[in-house]
Amino acid sequence: MKFINDNILTIVVFLPLAGAILLAFFPRRDRDVRYFALAVSLITLLASLHLTWYFVRGQSGFQYEENVPWIPHPNIHYHMGVDGISLWLVILTTFLMPLCVLISWKSIGDRVKEFFILMLVLETAMIGVFVALDLFLFYFFWEATLIPMALLIGMYGHGRKIYAAVKFFLYTMIASVFMLAAILWLYARTGSFDFVTIQGMIQSGQVSGFGNAALWLFLGFFVAFAVKVPLFPVHTWLPDAHVEAPTAGSVLLAGVLLKMGTYGLLRFNLGLFPEQARRNAPWIIALAIIGIIYGALVAMIQPNIKRLVAYTSVSHLGFVVLGIFSFTQLGVDGAVYQMLSHGISTGALFMLLGMIYDRRHTYELSEFGGLATPMPVFATFFAFIMLSSVGLPLLNGFVGEFMVLSGAFQAKQLYGILAATGVIWSACYLLWMYQRVFYGNVTKPVNSSLRDIDARERVSLWPLAIAALVMGVAPMLWLHSIDPAVSAALKQFSGVTQAAVLPARNSPAAPGPPLHADFARNGVEVIGR
Amino acid sequence: MIPAVDYIRILPELVLSIFGIIVMMVDPVLPEQSPKKPLGVIAVIGVLAALAATAYQPGFYGSAFYNTVSVDTFSVFFHVVVLLIALVVILISFEYLDVQWIRSGEYYALVLFGTVGMMLMSAAVELVLIFIALEISSISTYILAGMRRRAAESAEASLKYFLLGSFATAFFLYGVALIFGATGTTNVYGIAHYFQTQQASVLAYLAVGLMFVGLGFKVASAPFHVWTPDVYEGSPAPVVALMSTGPKAAAFAVLLRVLFATGAPGWFWMVWVSAALSMTLGNIGALVQQNVKRLLAYSSIAHAGYLLVAFAAAKQVGISAAIFYAASYAAMNVGAFAVIGHFASEGEKYVTLDDYAGLGRRSPLLAATLTIFLLSLIGIPVTGGFFAKFYVFSAALQSNLVGLTIIGVINSAIAAYYYLRVIVYMYMRDERVEAPVARIPAGLGVGLAISLVATIYLGVMPGRVLDYAIQSAQDLLK
Repeated sequence: MKFINDNILTIVVFLPLAGAILLAFFPRRDRDVRYFALAVSLITLLASLHLTWYFVRGQSGFQYEENVPWIPHPNIHYHMGVDGISLWLVILTTFLMPLCVLISWKSIGDRVKEFFILMLVLETAMIGVFVALDLFLFYFFWEATLIPMALLIGMYGHGRKIYAAVKFFLYTMIASVFMLAAILWLYARTGSFDFVTIQGMIQSGQVSGFGNAALWLFLGFFVAFAVKVPLFPVHTWLPDAHVEAPTAGSVLLAGVLLKMGTYGLLRFNLGLFPEQARRNAPWIIALAIIGIIYGALVAMIQPNIKRLVAYTSVSHLGFVVLGIFSFTQLGVDGAVYQMLSHGISTGALFMLLGMIYDRRHTYELSEFGGLATPMPVFATFFAFIMLSSVGLPLLNGFVGEFMVLSGAFQAKQLYGILAATGVIWSACYLLWMYQRVFYGNVTKPVNSSLRDIDARERVSLWPLAIAALVMGVAPMLWLHSIDPAVSAALKQFSGVTQAAVLPARNSPAAPGPPLHADFARNGVEVIGR
Repeated sequence: MIPAVDYIRILPELVLSIFGIIVMMVDPVLPEQSPKKPLGVIAVIGVLAALAATAYQPGFYGSAFYNTVSVDTFSVFFHVVVLLIALVVILISFEYLDVQWIRSGEYYALVLFGTVGMMLMSAAVELVLIFIALEISSISTYILAGMRRRAAESAEASLKYFLLGSFATAFFLYGVALIFGATGTTNVYGIAHYFQTQQASVLAYLAVGLMFVGLGFKVASAPFHVWTPDVYEGSPAPVVALMSTGPKAAAFAVLLRVLFATGAPGWFWMVWVSAALSMTLGNIGALVQQNVKRLLAYSSIAHAGYLLVAFAAAKQVGISAAIFYAASYAAMNVGAFAVIGHFASEGEKYVTLDDYAGLGRRSPLLAATLTIFLLSLIGIPVTGGFFAKFYVFSAALQSNLVGLTIIGVINSAIAAYYYLRVIVYMYMRDERVEAPVARIPAGLGVGLAISLVATIYLGVMPGRVLDYAIQSAQDLLK
């Protein structure tokens, strides 16, 4: 037990990789390969639940830390750990994975073995990104996510898959070399790749020449993460990648890979360069708000459903960035929550779209209409998930958006007002889409004989639907552990948040900085009721 | 009287030379048109014996033969690298020579002699001996380049390589002559002593420049790189595997001695410009290639550039980065050319990107292997190429070379595109040609396994090799 407890992160990270290596030596019997991949992803999920079970809530700082020297020169450590922020992103990853395996059960019929090997390798890399506390290790996993994802899009996608795969790869690769340069600069001046050490040295002003370089370092990290989020105007790879990707690829792309960007912004840009983050916040928030509105407007006019949902990601992730750069407890709490709930809702939406695609092999809106008649169960699931994405109260999307908007109002009213329109837009485009696809008479004869979703598809949707509901009614389950981690991350901003919080009129329970965390709890509990 | 221990200090070279001679003597005994695999086996045994001899050397560090050869961690490191390259090249040649109808026993002898030259290059501390070693290695590779006698481009490669190569060695020799004029000695330590105690003259600067030109040609760094694509395209694939790594690593070893062990002046901007040019021209040139061998030729120019970045970073950290890079580049590039050579089939027919379409389906194992080597060349984690590049740029930033680092990282992003293109063809395009892929023969299998293990090992567990590289750098600067 002690062994498991001490090495749980290593186990969770490398279980999928071990599975992938075993799978490589498997005979090419597709059925067995699928079951094996499912088993590996389920075991990983179980192992990751160990994290939540023994996680000490209400405590900031990293838990389950593992720190052993890896390479002596340069001084690289195998340093991993989770706090309340990364914990849930790890769980999100391991939670989505078995569902992705299920959803690919029949839709992937060619080169099945390679598909699941890539998926499992990708899982290892994604979890690694969230738990790495050594900058080298972080970059290691960050880059390692690229290849499996690009191959998944390029090998199993449709249409202009090569274009989409190469575009995805190059955008991320080019952006992340700037992060590499920044990491190397930090190492040259601090002699360490360790996140905690570097953070400490920066705070105590021990890094020579930091003042002049800070802006460039901030931008180096920012570019890498902004492309991944994706923030307007570097979002253009996303719709292409999503439309051409196989369903499981889209689910992971929207569900997890985009969160790597926002997680990076929160962990590294805020954690290492608070001063620069504060200075650059106005234009970053402006980009985020443009993303919210622009993403929504573009989504509204898409003739392709999958592209529509892809643009909703641009819009929703704009909320996350806005929340992070509001530097308020409420806003950042909300941003983290929104990351999780976006992973659930959009992941589910992409799975639903994959089910349509399996039946009709098209995503064109004009091909559908009146689908509720032949596929009532499917339509119900779709409505439920769509409403969670719209942000209906009592479902998950609402909590995150509400908190982000409150945080934005606290930071500056204008931010809140502009961003709040995004909520309206999202209702518009999603409901309109729903109406066109599901209501009315069946417009195409071929649609009238579509079969409804079967047991396997239901099994893959139920967990997400339940998660959406639970996250909507009992957000404290998550916020209990997110909140302390966020307030630790915001400690460096105390001067800033104070200014933002004190004049806030809508916070009767928050007279001073120590209490504004309570305000977040109060607010959330009100929502919960 | 030369002490016996001196012979131990050149034991690997001696062993390999003897085996080269054995190969030549056995060759006429074999039936004329038979495959020459037995010679290959002898060559493999020779290389293994030389490796064993090298493993024996660490007890006998020191200089030999009147201070012309120095055995230290530095030379041992490069001995091992060069010998492993030779081993893999010989292993992948078994099948290749059969398929290409090359029935010359001297092939293996030349590989062995060339390797002797490369090993001597890394151990020699006397410029005249370095020159001789350089010639031994070069002349062997000139001939090897023309081994596909029936192919016109192979003859072209050989001739081009020979003419330009001789021209470059002349530059090097000229540099040696001038340095003798400037310092009164051709011994590396003697020169180091001179530069420590006296002001360097214009002649010395000129000498360093000329030697850099000569060696720059050997490592294919810009602006001395123009021969590379033609020569790599025409030469037999296993020979390209050899000459893009072995002589290159050895020439870098010489360059490290000439620039750093001597404490020579005035190299910084030369190296800086050459590094920036090599990376940029190499990568841009590679973007438009349709022939995979040419593509990798341009990529090798770019990699010479990354290595020179480590040179510019200088002194201990830079030197250890350069040494590590040379080793991991050797591992991944030999592997890549091994796959290409196998896939090219008779007459090297299948070498364009179009021929690679759908390779992922036709030969999943071979395609996966090549993919790993290409990812390593891009510098994706888990591979030696990633860590080598990371370490080089880290060294450069520690020496405050911000400009060169930025050029480097932008270049490695550009480079991702053309390597990825090969992967895209292999996995994402549907096959147009039914280019058959032969089964993987044993020799190739073992050779690929060695390169693969080395590539991954250097990426995941670089610690030990890196420590050794750092130790070598210290020894070099002593």
